[in-house]
Amino acid sequence: MTMANSKYPTSPHLQIYRLPLTALLSIAHRITGVILAFGCLLLVWLLAAAANSAESYQLLFNHLDSWYGQIFLLGFVFSLYLHFCNGVRHLFWDVGYGFELETVDLTAKLAIAVAVILTIATWVVAGTV
Amino acid sequence: MSELRTPLSKVKGLGSAKDGTGHFWHQRLTSLLLIPLVLWVGFSLAAMPVDHATLVGWIQQPWVSVTLVLLLITVFYHAQLGLQVIIEDYISSHSKRTVTLLLTNLACLLCGMIGVISVLKISFGA
Repeated sequence: MTMANSKYPTSPHLQIYRLPLTALLSIAHRITGVILAFGCLLLVWLLAAAANSAESYQLLFNHLDSWYGQIFLLGFVFSLYLHFCNGVRHLFWDVGYGFELETVDLTAKLAIAVAVILTIATWVVAGTV
Repeated sequence: MSELRTPLSKVKGLGSAKDGTGHFWHQRLTSLLLIPLVLWVGFSLAAMPVDHATLVGWIQQPWVSVTLVLLLITVFYHAQLGLQVIIEDYISSHSKRTVTLLLTNLACLLCGMIGVISVLKISFGA
Protein backbone atom coordinates (compact mmCIF):
# COMPACT_ATOMS: atom_id res chain seq x y z
CA MET A 1 0.00 0.00 0.00
CA THR A 2 1.47 3.35 -1.00
CA MET A 3 1.16 6.54 1.01
CA ALA A 4 -1.25 8.01 -1.59
CA ASN A 5 -4.06 5.50 -1.07
CA SER A 6 -3.48 4.83 2.63
CA LYS A 7 -6.52 5.47 4.82
CA TYR A 8 -4.26 6.58 7.64
CA PRO A 9 -3.82 10.30 8.22
CA THR A 10 -0.43 11.49 6.99
CA SER A 11 1.74 13.99 8.73
CA PRO A 12 3.02 16.95 6.71
CA HIS A 13 6.44 16.15 5.36
CA LEU A 14 9.70 17.87 6.18
CA GLN A 15 9.46 20.33 3.28
CA ILE A 16 6.12 21.68 4.54
CA TYR A 17 7.50 23.09 7.76
CA ARG A 18 9.50 26.26 8.03
CA LEU A 19 12.63 24.81 9.65
CA PRO A 20 13.54 26.40 12.96
CA LEU A 21 17.09 27.72 13.27
CA THR A 22 18.10 24.69 15.36
CA ALA A 23 16.99 22.29 12.61
CA LEU A 24 18.86 24.35 10.00
CA LEU A 25 22.03 24.25 12.12
CA SER A 26 21.58 20.54 12.65
CA ILE A 27 21.60 19.75 8.93
CA ALA A 28 24.27 22.40 8.38
CA HIS A 29 26.45 20.50 10.87
CA ARG A 30 26.33 17.43 8.63
CA ILE A 31 26.79 19.38 5.40
CA THR A 32 29.76 21.33 6.77
CA GLY A 33 31.18 18.06 8.10
CA VAL A 34 31.19 16.61 4.58
CA ILE A 35 32.61 19.86 3.13
CA LEU A 36 35.40 19.76 5.72
CA ALA A 37 36.23 16.14 4.93
CA PHE A 38 36.68 16.99 1.26
CA GLY A 39 38.47 20.23 2.14
CA CYS A 40 40.94 18.33 4.32
CA LEU A 41 41.68 16.17 1.28
CA LEU A 42 42.87 19.32 -0.50
CA LEU A 43 44.90 20.54 2.46
CA VAL A 44 46.65 17.17 2.67
CA TRP A 45 47.36 17.48 -1.04
CA LEU A 46 48.95 20.88 -0.34
CA LEU A 47 51.01 19.33 2.46
CA ALA A 48 52.14 16.52 0.18
CA ALA A 49 53.06 19.07 -2.50
CA ALA A 50 55.10 21.02 0.06
CA ALA A 51 56.89 17.81 1.01
CA ASN A 52 57.55 17.03 -2.65
CA SER A 53 59.09 20.26 -3.90
CA ALA A 54 58.85 24.06 -3.79
CA GLU A 55 57.65 24.02 -7.41
CA SER A 56 54.72 21.65 -6.92
CA TYR A 57 53.76 23.59 -3.78
CA GLN A 58 53.85 26.88 -5.66
CA LEU A 59 51.69 25.42 -8.44
CA LEU A 60 48.92 24.50 -6.00
CA PHE A 61 49.43 27.65 -3.91
CA ASN A 62 48.81 29.85 -6.98
CA HIS A 63 45.40 28.21 -7.36
CA LEU A 64 44.59 28.86 -3.69
CA ASP A 65 45.75 32.46 -4.10
CA SER A 66 43.47 33.07 -7.08
CA TRP A 67 39.89 34.41 -6.79
CA TYR A 68 38.35 30.93 -6.95
CA GLY A 69 40.90 29.62 -4.46
CA GLN A 70 40.01 32.42 -2.05
CA ILE A 71 36.30 31.65 -2.45
CA PHE A 72 37.07 28.00 -1.65
CA LEU A 73 39.15 29.02 1.38
CA LEU A 74 36.43 31.39 2.61
CA GLY A 75 33.85 28.60 2.30
CA PHE A 76 36.17 26.10 3.96
CA VAL A 77 37.11 28.35 6.88
CA PHE A 78 33.51 29.42 7.49
CA SER A 79 32.37 25.76 7.33
CA LEU A 80 35.17 24.90 9.73
CA TYR A 81 34.17 27.48 12.31
CA LEU A 82 30.41 26.86 11.96
CA HIS A 83 31.04 23.13 12.53
CA PHE A 84 33.44 24.05 15.34
CA CYS A 85 30.96 26.33 17.17
CA ASN A 86 27.98 24.05 16.66
CA GLY A 87 30.18 21.16 17.80
CA VAL A 88 30.91 22.99 21.06
CA ARG A 89 27.13 23.46 21.39
CA HIS A 90 26.72 19.70 20.98
CA LEU A 91 29.36 19.05 23.66
CA PHE A 92 27.37 21.19 26.12
CA TRP A 93 24.23 19.18 25.28
CA ASP A 94 26.18 15.96 25.78
CA VAL A 95 26.93 16.91 29.39
CA GLY A 96 23.32 17.97 29.93
CA TYR A 97 23.29 21.75 29.57
CA GLY A 98 21.37 24.11 27.32
CA PHE A 99 18.23 22.17 26.41
CA GLU A 100 15.73 24.97 27.21
CA LEU A 101 14.07 26.35 24.08
CA GLU A 102 15.30 29.91 24.63
CA THR A 103 18.82 28.67 25.36
CA VAL A 104 18.84 26.47 22.26
CA ASP A 105 17.78 29.43 20.13
CA LEU A 106 20.29 31.75 21.77
CA THR A 107 23.22 29.34 21.38
CA ALA A 108 22.25 28.75 17.72
CA LYS A 109 22.54 32.49 17.02
CA LEU A 110 25.70 32.65 19.13
CA ALA A 111 27.29 29.79 17.17
CA ILE A 112 26.64 31.52 13.84
CA ALA A 113 27.87 34.88 15.17
CA VAL A 114 31.09 33.40 16.59
CA ALA A 115 31.70 31.46 13.36
CA VAL A 116 31.41 34.71 11.36
CA ILE A 117 33.71 36.52 13.81
CA LEU A 118 36.35 33.73 13.69
CA THR A 119 36.21 33.70 9.88
CA ILE A 120 36.68 37.47 9.67
CA ALA A 121 39.43 37.27 12.32
CA THR A 122 41.27 34.71 10.17
CA TRP A 123 41.43 37.10 7.23
CA VAL A 124 42.30 40.04 9.52
CA VAL A 125 45.22 38.05 11.02
CA ALA A 126 46.28 37.08 7.51
CA GLY A 127 46.40 40.81 6.79
CA THR A 128 44.46 40.61 3.56
CA VAL A 129 41.37 42.44 4.83
CA MET B 1 12.26 -17.73 27.28
CA SER B 2 11.65 -14.29 25.79
CA GLU B 3 15.16 -13.12 26.56
CA LEU B 4 17.73 -14.29 24.03
CA ARG B 5 20.66 -12.20 25.26
CA THR B 6 23.04 -13.94 27.61
CA PRO B 7 23.76 -12.43 31.03
CA LEU B 8 27.36 -11.88 29.88
CA SER B 9 26.31 -9.91 26.79
CA LYS B 10 24.00 -7.79 28.96
CA VAL B 11 26.64 -6.96 31.50
CA LYS B 12 29.18 -6.12 28.79
CA GLY B 13 26.72 -3.59 27.35
CA LEU B 14 28.19 -3.69 23.88
CA GLY B 15 24.93 -4.13 21.95
CA SER B 16 24.51 -5.38 18.40
CA ALA B 17 27.12 -2.98 17.02
CA LYS B 18 29.70 -4.76 19.23
CA ASP B 19 31.45 -1.60 20.37
CA GLY B 20 28.77 -0.14 22.69
CA THR B 21 29.20 3.61 23.13
CA GLY B 22 32.72 3.50 21.67
CA HIS B 23 31.83 5.37 18.48
CA PHE B 24 29.94 8.11 20.35
CA TRP B 25 32.71 8.48 22.93
CA HIS B 26 35.55 8.66 20.39
CA GLN B 27 33.64 11.26 18.36
CA ARG B 28 33.43 13.42 21.49
CA LEU B 29 37.02 12.85 22.58
CA THR B 30 38.39 13.78 19.15
CA SER B 31 36.16 16.87 19.01
CA LEU B 32 37.48 18.03 22.39
CA LEU B 33 41.06 17.53 21.21
CA LEU B 34 40.30 19.37 17.98
CA ILE B 35 39.15 22.56 19.77
CA PRO B 36 42.68 23.78 20.63
CA LEU B 37 44.30 22.08 17.61
CA VAL B 38 42.03 23.73 15.01
CA LEU B 39 42.35 27.20 16.56
CA TRP B 40 46.13 26.74 16.70
CA VAL B 41 46.62 25.58 13.11
CA GLY B 42 44.06 28.01 11.68
CA PHE B 43 45.52 31.12 13.21
CA SER B 44 49.15 29.98 12.88
CA LEU B 45 48.72 29.55 9.13
CA ALA B 46 46.80 32.82 8.84
CA ALA B 47 49.53 34.69 10.71
CA MET B 48 52.48 33.58 8.55
CA PRO B 49 53.42 34.27 4.96
CA VAL B 50 52.62 30.87 3.46
CA ASP B 51 55.41 30.64 0.92
CA HIS B 52 57.20 27.28 0.67
CA ALA B 53 60.30 28.22 2.70
CA THR B 54 58.32 29.73 5.60
CA LEU B 55 55.88 26.82 5.71
CA VAL B 56 58.65 24.21 5.65
CA GLY B 57 60.61 26.10 8.30
CA TRP B 58 57.54 26.25 10.51
CA ILE B 59 56.74 22.54 10.10
CA GLN B 60 60.37 21.58 10.81
CA GLN B 61 60.15 22.86 14.39
CA PRO B 62 59.84 19.59 16.36
CA TRP B 63 56.84 20.66 18.44
CA VAL B 64 55.00 21.80 15.29
CA SER B 65 55.66 18.45 13.57
CA VAL B 66 54.39 16.53 16.57
CA THR B 67 51.28 18.70 16.95
CA LEU B 68 50.53 18.52 13.22
CA VAL B 69 50.75 14.71 13.26
CA LEU B 70 48.40 14.66 16.25
CA LEU B 71 46.04 17.02 14.40
CA LEU B 72 46.07 14.90 11.23
CA ILE B 73 45.35 11.65 13.08
CA THR B 74 42.59 13.31 15.14
CA VAL B 75 41.00 15.08 12.14
CA PHE B 76 40.81 12.01 9.94
CA TYR B 77 39.60 9.77 12.75
CA HIS B 78 36.92 12.37 13.57
CA ALA B 79 36.02 12.65 9.86
CA GLN B 80 35.79 8.87 9.52
CA LEU B 81 33.46 8.62 12.53
CA GLY B 82 31.29 11.49 11.28
CA LEU B 83 31.06 10.29 7.69
CA GLN B 84 30.18 6.83 8.97
CA VAL B 85 27.10 8.20 10.78
CA ILE B 86 25.95 10.11 7.69
CA ILE B 87 26.43 7.05 5.44
CA GLU B 88 24.61 4.77 7.90
CA ASP B 89 21.72 7.26 8.08
CA TYR B 90 21.19 7.90 4.38
CA ILE B 91 22.19 4.71 2.55
CA SER B 92 19.60 2.06 3.31
CA SER B 93 20.82 -0.71 0.99
CA HIS B 94 23.03 -2.97 3.05
CA SER B 95 25.50 -3.81 0.29
CA LYS B 96 25.87 -0.22 -0.94
CA ARG B 97 26.23 0.99 2.63
CA THR B 98 28.94 -1.55 3.45
CA VAL B 99 30.94 -0.78 0.30
CA THR B 100 30.62 2.99 0.83
CA LEU B 101 31.71 2.63 4.46
CA LEU B 102 34.73 0.50 3.57
CA LEU B 103 35.82 2.92 0.82
CA THR B 104 35.29 5.96 3.08
CA ASN B 105 37.27 4.38 5.90
CA LEU B 106 40.07 3.49 3.50
CA ALA B 107 40.08 7.03 2.05
CA CYS B 108 40.30 8.57 5.54
CA LEU B 109 43.11 6.21 6.49
CA LEU B 110 45.04 6.93 3.29
CA CYS B 111 44.62 10.71 3.55
CA GLY B 112 45.72 10.67 7.16
CA MET B 113 48.77 8.59 6.25
CA ILE B 114 49.71 10.85 3.31
CA GLY B 115 49.41 13.86 5.61
CA VAL B 116 51.49 12.30 8.39
CA ILE B 117 54.21 11.07 6.02
CA SER B 118 54.36 14.50 4.33
CA VAL B 119 54.88 16.17 7.70
CA LEU B 120 57.56 13.61 8.63
CA LYS B 121 59.31 14.04 5.28
CA ILE B 122 59.41 17.82 5.73
CA SER B 123 60.36 17.41 9.38
CA PHE B 124 63.34 15.15 8.57
CA GLY B 125 64.47 17.57 5.89
CA ALA B 126 62.75 17.43 2.50
